[in-house]
Amino acid sequence: MNEIVLSTSNLAKSFDGKPALRRLNLEVPRGSICGFLGRNGAGKTTTLKLLSGMMRPDSGEIRMFGDAVKSEAQSIAARRRIAFVSEDKDLYSFMTVDQTIRFTRAFFPAWRLDLEEKYLDLFELPRKKAVPKLSKGMRTQLMLLLAMARGADLPMMDEPTSGLDPAMTEDILRILGDLAATDGTTIFFSSHQLAEVEQICDRVCLIDRGQVVIDGVLDDLKAEYRRILLVFDGEPPRELADLPGIDHLRRHGRTVSLLVHTDVEAALDRAQELGASSVEVRPVTLKELFLDHVRGE
Amino acid sequence: MNLRVDFSSGVPIYLQLMEQIKHAADSGAIRGGEQLPTIRKIAEELAMNPNTVARAYRELERAGVVEVRHGSGVFVVGPPALSKKTVGIRKAGDALRPAIKQGIALGLSEAELRRVFEDELSRLKDNAAEARRNN
Repeated sequence: MNEIVLSTSNLAKSFDGKPALRRLNLEVPRGSICGFLGRNGAGKTTTLKLLSGMMRPDSGEIRMFGDAVKSEAQSIAARRRIAFVSEDKDLYSFMTVDQTIRFTRAFFPAWRLDLEEKYLDLFELPRKKAVPKLSKGMRTQLMLLLAMARGADLPMMDEPTSGLDPAMTEDILRILGDLAATDGTTIFFSSHQLAEVEQICDRVCLIDRGQVVIDGVLDDLKAEYRRILLVFDGEPPRELADLPGIDHLRRHGRTVSLLVHTDVEAALDRAQELGASSVEVRPVTLKELFLDHVRGE
Repeated sequence: MNLRVDFSSGVPIYLQLMEQIKHAADSGAIRGGEQLPTIRKIAEELAMNPNTVARAYRELERAGVVEVRHGSGVFVVGPPALSKKTVGIRKAGDALRPAIKQGIALGLSEAELRRVFEDELSRLKDNAAEARRNN
């Protein structure tokens, strides 16, 4: 496995006594594109703010590029290698596109002029226009340009494609893929769009109520998880809940739907012993994984 | 090769790629020695994750379908494609063999066999020329 560039252990944060994150544990290996998923209020933005140093955790640890980020100095060193693209896109309101780029460039010795040019052209950004007059999509593009041209090793993005049309979204996804292919840049981004996550991410991290419920390689998850549909002649037996490797169980009258991972065969055998009259096994999509894990039990 | 991926399917994406490339190799759409698109090219064309493409190639290499030559690319393993001419020569040889065998059985010498072949060839040429004149 690749070197882990970003990880958290037991990260916790409360607001006014209400826990937003509780014991959050995640791992992001170098060169991967990790999609960070969860419902509204699950703790995504809080996590991103903690990771990007905009807030401090109540407890727990963040490690970046192999080192714990504890002191202010460590935090500053780590932040130099990350870039945070936020949802609110807080850019300087009194500058033009050109001025914003020049202003930002001055802070970063490793600035990539070639990337600056490339993305200015690709996005067709109006250089002389004042930033507040840009559309939402253009502001996102400008933020992405700034993040990429500074040569960040770990861009972190909060909903980078929100407000973009499908064609622009596709372009952004292509750029993310290209970045990951080029210099082993690692990308961590939150999203509401399952479709874009399953298209461009090799890893997904799903959080619910301040905790990670799924974290892994998307293709491995698809290979491990199965949906088992059972039909019984009468009332489905209670023992079904004790079947091995069950993540989720739903009953609809005489039908039971199980989300199983690890040891699917054992679960099937047991279901047959319990008298299921019909047994069907199906692959599981990311959407199903998402819905089954974030819905109430 | 026209690769397509159904991202929302429950089938792992690297498996989808593997199956299509395997099928292309089995069906002769791609042949031994032929170079396949780079990881980056496929990732860019399909706007998908490059690590996933790399995984498909890795697994295909393990399965003996492709060979990854570092620095130069990914190549299909297997016998190289025969040229059209080679295929034609083989087919014509297969068709002529029984006629030659029959000639030998009838007691024709090598020189006589050659003369039969030459005569037939020039007759075909004459017929073709006459057909052109009549048109």
